[in-house]
This record gives sequence, structure tokens and C-alpha cells, in this order.
Amino acid sequence: MNMTDMPATAETVTTMTSPKSKITAKNVEVFYGDTHAIKDVDVEIEDRNVTAFIGPSGCGKSTFLRCLNRMNDTIDICRVEGRIEIDGEDIYDKKVDPVQLRAKVGMVFQKPNPFPKSIYDNIAYGPRIHGLARSKRDLDDIVEKSLRRGAIWDEVKDRLQEPGTGLSGGQQQRLCIARAIATEPEVLLMDEPCSALDPIATDQVENLIDELRQDYSVVIVTHSMQQAARVSQKTAFFHLGNLVEYGETDQIFTNPQDPRTESYISGRIG
Amino acid sequence: MTDATASTPAAPASGRRQSISLFRQDAHTKRRNAAETRFKAYGLTAVLVGLFFLIVLFGSIISNGLPAFTRTVVELELTLTQEQYEEAESKLLKTGAYRDFFIAAFDRELEERGVEVEYDAAALERILGKIGGNLREFYTANEDRLGQPVDFELSTSSRIDGYFNGRLKREDVRDSRFLMSTDLDLADELYAAGIMKSDFNWNFITGADSGVDNPGGAGIGASVVGSFFMMIVVLVLSLPIGVAASIYLEEFAPKNRWTDLIEVNISNLAAVPSIVFGILGLAVFIQFAGLPQSAPLVGGLVLTLMTLPTIIISTRASLKSVPPSIRDAALGVGASKMQAVFHHVLPLAMPGILTGTIIGLAQALGETAPLLLIGMVGFVARGYPDGFVSGFTEANSAMPAQIYTWAARADASFYEKAWGGIIILLLFLMTMNIIAIVLRRRFERRW
Ligand SMILES: Nc1ncnc2c1ncn2[C@@H]1O[C@H](COP(=O)(O)OP(=O)(O)OP(=O)(O)O)[C@@H](O)[C@H]1O
Ligand SMILES: [Mg+2]
Repeated sequence: MNMTDMPATAETVTTMTSPKSKITAKNVEVFYGDTHAIKDVDVEIEDRNVTAFIGPSGCGKSTFLRCLNRMNDTIDICRVEGRIEIDGEDIYDKKVDPVQLRAKVGMVFQKPNPFPKSIYDNIAYGPRIHGLARSKRDLDDIVEKSLRRGAIWDEVKDRLQEPGTGLSGGQQQRLCIARAIATEPEVLLMDEPCSALDPIATDQVENLIDELRQDYSVVIVTHSMQQAARVSQKTAFFHLGNLVEYGETDQIFTNPQDPRTESYISGRIG
Repeated sequence: MTDATASTPAAPASGRRQSISLFRQDAHTKRRNAAETRFKAYGLTAVLVGLFFLIVLFGSIISNGLPAFTRTVVELELTLTQEQYEEAESKLLKTGAYRDFFIAAFDRELEERGVEVEYDAAALERILGKIGGNLREFYTANEDRLGQPVDFELSTSSRIDGYFNGRLKREDVRDSRFLMSTDLDLADELYAAGIMKSDFNWNFITGADSGVDNPGGAGIGASVVGSFFMMIVVLVLSLPIGVAASIYLEEFAPKNRWTDLIEVNISNLAAVPSIVFGILGLAVFIQFAGLPQSAPLVGGLVLTLMTLPTIIISTRASLKSVPPSIRDAALGVGASKMQAVFHHVLPLAMPGILTGTIIGLAQALGETAPLLLIGMVGFVARGYPDGFVSGFTEANSAMPAQIYTWAARADASFYEKAWGGIIILLLFLMTMNIIAIVLRRRFERRW
């Protein structure tokens, strides 16, 4: 792995890493009570790039993803150790307000979880509480733009006042994606965003991810090797809480270094 | 079920189940369906038994309580001049003089209507109570009405009242100084002549308690007002405190030994007998804090203590039932914990919170034991409070306390009033429940 031999102090991290590095995680350990869910993970996520997390079910992909915007804080028994930096700032520092962090690091969850409010309010909620819209007009624009980018505008444009929970599973997931990008985060964490989508919607979301790459850094968890290969530039393979292999997507899929990676992507474990 | 032991021996050894027609139920399916039918029958029986008792309950309440809503009165127009008043007041037996005036007017009325009855003053007093005393009481209080015709409405004694509403049977009457069987003949004749009549007893709904000697004049109105003010206190205190405490405990407090301890103790509090809260209220609110006795404010405070655990427990349960994914969703778009709770969790928990609150309030409304200790039971409320503030601080009774007081009185007519009071209490409760259901619908229909 390319980070293990890096010096640990903050200044050197910023100077040593390429200017493209957005998130740097070092020696991250996560425990759920006594369960050791993430074991000593070092990873460096690049800006304006898509990073894919792959691995068998229960290996800790979601857990690690949730560390990156401190969603694990909400789980009482969850304990995170190690150091995670965004733009060189330790996000687990006492001075950091997790709410501010989450505005900067948006998230799409594994299970679609729209608010039981109207479609419009689902999208408008984030911009409203962050004061992103100065007028009703602004807000309407944000809602439309986000829904368009979430590849769901055409389906819902006539029913914006209907409840978001009344949509189909796949529509709900795209609504959640639209909701996440409405707050203009710098990093977008997506936990299996396409698991409930048909190929067409998947394609639209993948296009969206590709487009988001121009401005944001995107981390996506996926169970689809093809998807990882299609959308990501970097891929991380997790296995039983360990980060087994991390590198260029092409290299991981064509020439994996670790036998576990090899057997996983060729479909022999998982 | 014991299906496994009774598996059909016909199963072929090959392991594959023999295919049988779908039109014929196999033994297994039959047994399962029979079990289901049996279970449904049990359930239906339980519901029917419950319904039966409900009907018995309501039937007996209504049949016992309805007479309280009618009363038998004698209406008479009477004019007392200034001279007659002075003359009566100068006598030694003043009420006797008033009685004579009344009888004179009564005779005139009978004559006008062409009714011929034989009666004596004593019989009239047994039927109408202390005529002279009542008349004197009225005129000494309203001297300005002297010289003008006044419409008097005199309620009959509780026995005559009972005779007309079916409580008292003629066969059961044994002659006594309270009632002679001849009085009933007189009453029947007066009734037939239209001088005596039964009408709706508005006074029962609007009036105040009357004291042991006058069941006809007793009303529940004042104690309804007392209960109302108590409920205001309970609602205003227990809803915000209970909801705030639950939100804190459920959403913000760290889960540790202390919060566990608090949780256990809240559950314990919910199980504490209400009379314990009563004696606590007596010690703290009346003896220590010096608040007035029998006041709805104190009653409300005591009932608040009683209601809080109920509200906290149900609010926490409904907060718990809001799926955590909603909180994640809110936090995920950068809402603070408080925003997540107030914008998303609380609206979803609202129906449950309302249900819990109404259940708590309904319990509080019907609670009698704690009121016993703070002096609201047995207190005779003689009128309405004369303002909003004094509604809280002036001594008053409450519905269940009033009902208890009536039930404890000797006169059978009060027993009837107690049942009538229960009807009013139930109406009150039903109104509250309907409000709760409507509110809950409103909150649920939003999504
Ligand atoms: N809230 C929790 N409490 C306790 N243990 C948890 C919790 N969440 C996850 N775990 C445990 O942590 C480990 C990693 O879980 P995680 O959800 O990160 O897996 P995953 O890689 O996302 O799996 P999947 O692909 O199925 O979503 C699992 O063993 C799981 O049982
Ligand atoms: Mg997962």
C-alpha cells in the first residue's frame, strides 16, 4: 500500500501528499462494542476523483464510509480510533462540529430514506437549513437542478408536492441522491446507490457520478464489479475489516496484487 | 403445533413429496385451517364477551343516571306586596306567614284551573319541602321584586321526584312524616292538572352542589368547571415537561447507568398508587408551599405528577418507533441533532404523543383518590368561580370527587345524581377522545 511508509505529522502529510488528496485516513480502527469492524485501515482519497469500495458483505465498507462524515457518532457503541483528515484537517478533532462536517461531506445511504414529506421539501430541506437559497425562486431552481442531476426530474416534476415516501424504491434512492447533492457538498459518500435501480437509472446515476467528479470527490460503495470498473478511478478492496488492496481501478481489476482480491473479483469468494 | 410428529406415513422414501390434487386439502392443511378457525372463534368470543359487558355497563349507567336529568316541579305565579312582606317579617313565626301566602296563591291557581282537590298545609310541605322558608329566603334576598308577579318554580321533595321518575313505587310507600300515601294521590292530581310537571333538569348540568338537605337543587356544573381548570393545569404542565423530558432522554442523553436509573424510576412512578401522589401533594403544595386547599390548582399539580410518567413513557415509545433512518437522513444533509428531532422525528412521533397525553389526561380526569387528600372530596361547591384566575385558586370540587360525595349521601335521590354525574364524566371523556382521534388523523394524514 502506498501510504504505510508516510510520515505521520500533519504538515508533512499535506506536503507529502499530492495536492489532489482530499481525504487521508491513517490507522483507522472501528469497534462496535467488542466487534472489531475496521482494522488498521490507511487510505487516501483523491479530490475530483471517484473511489470505489468493494468487498464481500459485512466486511466494513459502510462502516468505513460512515467514519468519513462521522455518522458513526450516532451509534452509541461505536468507537473510532486513528486519524482521518479532510483537506489536512483532522475531522475527529474536538474543535470540529460534526454538523458542519456533514454539510461538507454529503451522504447517500444504503437503504433509501426519504423524509416523510413532499418531494419538494425533501430536496429543499438541506438548502433551507444551510441558507443556500435567498428566495423562493432560488430554492425552486435548486430543487429542479438537483432533481435533474439525480435523474428523476422527469418522473416527479408534476408531483412535487406529493410525499417522497410514495415513490418506488429506485425513485426514492434517486431522490436521496438529489437530496444529497442539493446541499452542494465537497465530498459525496454513496453507499450502494444503485442497488435498487434498473439499468437505465443506474446508467443515469453513473453519468451523474462522472459529472460530479469535475467538482467533487466521490466515494462509492458497490457490489457490482462492472460498476466499480466503469465509474471509479481508484478502487479499495475490503475483506473482514482489512483494507486488502487499494490502487488504480484498472490495475486492481487487471492485475490484482493480493490473492484475496483476485479471487473476489473473479467471483470465487464473497 | 404438533404437526411434525403426525406426518403422513405415506411419504415416499424417495424424499420427493407425493403430488396430490390441489382441490383436496391434505391432512396437514386441514389441521392448520382448523386451528386457525378455532383461534378466530376464541377471538370473536372474547370480543363478544367484552361487548356484552360494555352494553351492560352503559345500560346500567344510563338507566340509573337518566332520572337525574329530569325533575318534577310546581310552577306558580305569586305576588307579594310590601305590606304583606312587612307583616310577615313582624311575626314570630315568620316562615309560617310566608307559607300562608303561598297557600293562598296556590288555592287561587287551583281555582283558576278549575281543579278541586282536598289538601292540608302539611301535605303540601311534604311534597314541596319548606315552602315558607324558601319563599322568605327569596324575598329577603330580592326585596326589589316585592309588589311584582314572580314566577316560582319549586322543586318537589326527593320522594315525590322519585315517584314520578320511577325510582319510588307506590307499593313501597309506608306512611311516615316524610310521605303519606295520600300525598301521592294529591301529587297525581296536581300532575294531571298541569300544576306539577316534569321537565329537563338544566340545573343538574349547570348548577352547583346543594348540600345534603336539597337533592333537587344539586348540579354538577361547578365541579365540571373545577375539573376543567384542573385539566388545564395538567395539560399546560405535563405536556411540555413530559415531552421535553422524553426528547432529552431519548435523543440527547448518553445511555449510561444514570439514564438507566432514571428510566427505571419513571416506570416505577407510573405504578405508584395515586393516593401516594395525593399525600405528597398535601405535604408539599398545601402544607409546605401554602397553596389553598381544595383548589383546582393544587389538584392539577397533583394530577400532573401522576400524569407525567404516563406521558413520558408513551412519548419515549413513540420517539423510539420513528425509524432511525430518518434521523440519519436529516443528519446526513447536515442538520443538527436538534433540527433532526424537531423537523423530522417529532412530527412523526406526534400521533403517539397525543394518544399518550390523552390517555394520561383521561386517567387524571377520572382520578378521585388524590383529590380526597387535598380536600376536594366532600367540599360543597356552592357556585361558580368568578373569574379565570379564581377558577384555579378558589376552592372547588371536581367531577369524580362530586360523584363520590353524592354517592356517600343518605338521600336516594343523590345516588341517582351520582349516576347522572357519571354520564357527564363519560361524555367529557368521550369528547376528549374524539379530539385526540381528530388531532391524530390530522397529523397522520399529512403523509
Ligand atoms: N450498528 C452496528 N452495531 C453493531 N455491529 C455493527 C453495526 N453496523 C455494522 N456492524 C458490524 O460491522 C461489520 C461491518 O458492517 P458493515 O455494515 O460496514 O458491512 P458492509 O461491508 O457495508 O456490508 P454490506 O455490503 O452487506 O452492506 C459487520 O460485521 C456488522 O455486523
Ligand atoms: Mg453496507
